[in-house]
Amino acid sequence: MSVIAKPVVGLITWLLLLTAASVRAEYGLNFPEPAATSARQIYDIHMMTMQIATFLLVLVFAFVIYSLYFHRKSRGFEADQNFHKSWFGNWSWVIVPALVLAVDLTIASNAQRVLEAVWEVPEEEDLMDVKVVGHQWWWEFDYLDHGIKVESRHVGKEKAGDLYLREVDNRLVLPVGKKIRFLHTSADVLHAFWVPELAVKKDAIPGYVTETWVDLDREGTFRGQCAELCGTWHSRMPIVVESVSEDKFNAWLEGQKTTMLAAAAEAGIDKEWGKDELMEKGQSAYNTKCGACLKITGKGLPPAFPALAGSPVATGPIAGHLAIVLNGKQGTAMVAWNALSDLEIASIITYERNAWGNDTGDVVQPRDIKAARTLAVK
Amino acid sequence: MATTTLDQNHAGHDAHEHEHHGPPSGIKRWLFSTNHKDIGTMYLVFALIMLFAGGASAMLIRMELFMPGLQLLEPDLYNNLVTNHALMMIFGAVMPAAAGLANWMIPLMIGAPDMALPRMNNLSFWILPAAATMLILSFVVPFFPGGGTQINTGWTLYPPLSLQVGMSMDFLIFAIHLLGISSVLASINIIVTIFNMRAPGMKFLDMPIFVWTWLVTAFLLILVVPVLAGGVTMLLFDRHFGTAFFNAAGGGDPVLFQHLFWFFGHPEVYILILPSMGVLASIVPTFARKPLFGYNSLVGAMIAIMVIGMVVWAHHQYTIGMSLGAVTYFMVGTIIISIPVGLMVFNYMATMWKGAMTFETPMLFAVAILMMFSFGGLTGIMLAVVPADMQYHDSMFVVAHFHYVLLPGAVFGLFAAVFFWLPKWTGHMYNEKLGKLFFWINIISFNITFFPQHFIGLAGMPRRIADYNVMFTEFNMVSSLGAFVFGLSHLLLLYIIIDTVRRGKQADARVWEGAKGLEWELPSPPPFHSWTTPPNLATVAK
Repeated sequence: MSVIAKPVVGLITWLLLLTAASVRAEYGLNFPEPAATSARQIYDIHMMTMQIATFLLVLVFAFVIYSLYFHRKSRGFEADQNFHKSWFGNWSWVIVPALVLAVDLTIASNAQRVLEAVWEVPEEEDLMDVKVVGHQWWWEFDYLDHGIKVESRHVGKEKAGDLYLREVDNRLVLPVGKKIRFLHTSADVLHAFWVPELAVKKDAIPGYVTETWVDLDREGTFRGQCAELCGTWHSRMPIVVESVSEDKFNAWLEGQKTTMLAAAAEAGIDKEWGKDELMEKGQSAYNTKCGACLKITGKGLPPAFPALAGSPVATGPIAGHLAIVLNGKQGTAMVAWNALSDLEIASIITYERNAWGNDTGDVVQPRDIKAARTLAVK
Repeated sequence: MATTTLDQNHAGHDAHEHEHHGPPSGIKRWLFSTNHKDIGTMYLVFALIMLFAGGASAMLIRMELFMPGLQLLEPDLYNNLVTNHALMMIFGAVMPAAAGLANWMIPLMIGAPDMALPRMNNLSFWILPAAATMLILSFVVPFFPGGGTQINTGWTLYPPLSLQVGMSMDFLIFAIHLLGISSVLASINIIVTIFNMRAPGMKFLDMPIFVWTWLVTAFLLILVVPVLAGGVTMLLFDRHFGTAFFNAAGGGDPVLFQHLFWFFGHPEVYILILPSMGVLASIVPTFARKPLFGYNSLVGAMIAIMVIGMVVWAHHQYTIGMSLGAVTYFMVGTIIISIPVGLMVFNYMATMWKGAMTFETPMLFAVAILMMFSFGGLTGIMLAVVPADMQYHDSMFVVAHFHYVLLPGAVFGLFAAVFFWLPKWTGHMYNEKLGKLFFWINIISFNITFFPQHFIGLAGMPRRIADYNVMFTEFNMVSSLGAFVFGLSHLLLLYIIIDTVRRGKQADARVWEGAKGLEWELPSPPPFHSWTTPPNLATVAK
């Protein structure tokens, strides 16, 4: 094949490949449709820079391909030995940067306009605050104005089906038409909150509180993922935003409050809990909160996550076991779980000490946890 | 003209040749080598080995990503491979290969008998195998009982995650220290050589552009590598000595590490690209059969890239929550870099313009580089735009972007250099048909691998995940298939090199019809000691 025929064949193959892929309508080639006014502006600036870039690329390709075709020795073209000394050769170092600068300024000035509109949280408005806390490997959404807390974890393949890694147990429910401020932070390592339809991405950094905001303008379910590498199960931190009308949102809030009050009331009961009760509660709490790393089989994933079945911690002294759950273990992914209620911790520890053949027979009561906490404070 | 120079050279040789001037035999020739050609060869062979090691890890990554689900690799092992792939390619393959070119070509191009500091040259190479051992150990150690956890942080080593990793992280930190020492020593040597060893009468603005690119690169290395070394040392202290530079629990600042890392990391991109861009300045005029367009502006552009490149690092961290003023500065600064880079690409295009071109393998690579690198540069401008980057950041779009910059910008430039100068180094011509075959397979499979990654990135796939939702399946499959062909094509490169060394036809001194420059005045291969008498520039073909 000649020098020219080869790239032509390559190009055709390539185009065929592209069209074959793009006929799949559900498959995205670009960002999904934005769901907030701020996201629309971001989408527009993306399209603008992409169009400018495409135009410049076509220009470069056109010059190169023209030159490849016409300025060849095989066509008998004589090289112009003085081209670099022509007036153009002498002034191109001014002309080219000036042209590039003009393009740069066009892009930068438009980008700056959008940046000013979306970057800083509007101050004067009546904002709804949601604190987004990244954990290894789940999200916590605190509705600061409503006193509600949502724990959001990925759900297994059996349940999620085709939405696996894009589906969670509890969604981030948000009202349409209200300016929402997200306050991002992390309990352990870096994470990043990213839902393409909302178009904001911000790192969750321990010790920092960073902020972003959106004003949702349509209802729908929008799916995203943690975008900053956060360790083993980075791929299992989906975010699902459910954008609903104000009325639906208020109804949802009421439901959440009722559930929370019931849980608090139960945890507040001062009684001697039976082993079976604790084991049952413990199993469900363990499977949700601890199962991602330590596995519901208790086998862990050594060496990062040691097994609990037969482990010296889960079969040794209760105090040591309790201390690790309450305070975490430095230099590992095991964080302090002291935000859980006494009842939750008591049931989880009881479960861990009696499941998977550990069979210590120990029963840990919520009041033991309370005592341990008081001791820690002193 | 040329023959006069050669005769002078030979005259110098004849008197002593048999006592001092032949290479020592056996292993000592390599272990104790102070000869720039031998050390250059060792650098290049080392780089080739690391290219295959880094390539193998990339193949495993693409195999895992071929389908949704975790088939082949545990997530930590997957990200360990991601980490290793980056470090092996950057510190093991590209930087040593560029240093190998510098060793071989700078003395030949400026008419120097050897590098200025030959013993240090030996040291800076022989640190590398030790560093590579540490790097490989950091990967291997977790497989042994008690070896701790895998390095699941990616090459950026961001704390606090890197504080959770086991002892393999310490091996990695020491590997980075050694690699840094090696490249700083090599850089000092290159600067001293260029400053002091030019042939009489060769001014700075008479040097080939390749020499200029290495001069700028060497300064960049000396300026930024110590910052990385300091950063990882602080990490080491946080891990073992209870300091809290980066540990938020102790009042430290995780973001500080990112600033230190990218203060090194962004100029590093130019460190990788500039030497390869310098190679183009030799290749394009040769095959266009006309002088380089815009020599002075290329030199100016490079210096501008070095200066601006050092003050825009935080565009890798737009999502950390900087102030509006800070992100505006970093955005504008980054976009401005398109001016010198655009000028560079333009000058090469203008060198092709109105030339009498032929398309041997090095020229094919050069043309492909101009086109693909322009594409990578343009997606770079898109990424520089802060509001849009809030979408692109840490997605597969970024992965596609930097592979479009670094493969054409750095790796293909090295391939072009190998095809261009291999006949000079070995005295044998490579097989042109195989060279062209390699080029086409390589360049087509490269595009099939990385082009679709733009789409999955925009659709919402983050980078560094071992498992993904089914919606990303199709393009990942295409990308993986491309990657397998791309990876395997390098076996052809290996075959071509071995075939050239063993069976290639004898090459003449000039090798290429349009070749200009001091290196072509020497026979192919050049004698073990060349330019023992400095060349007389007045008699060399301009």
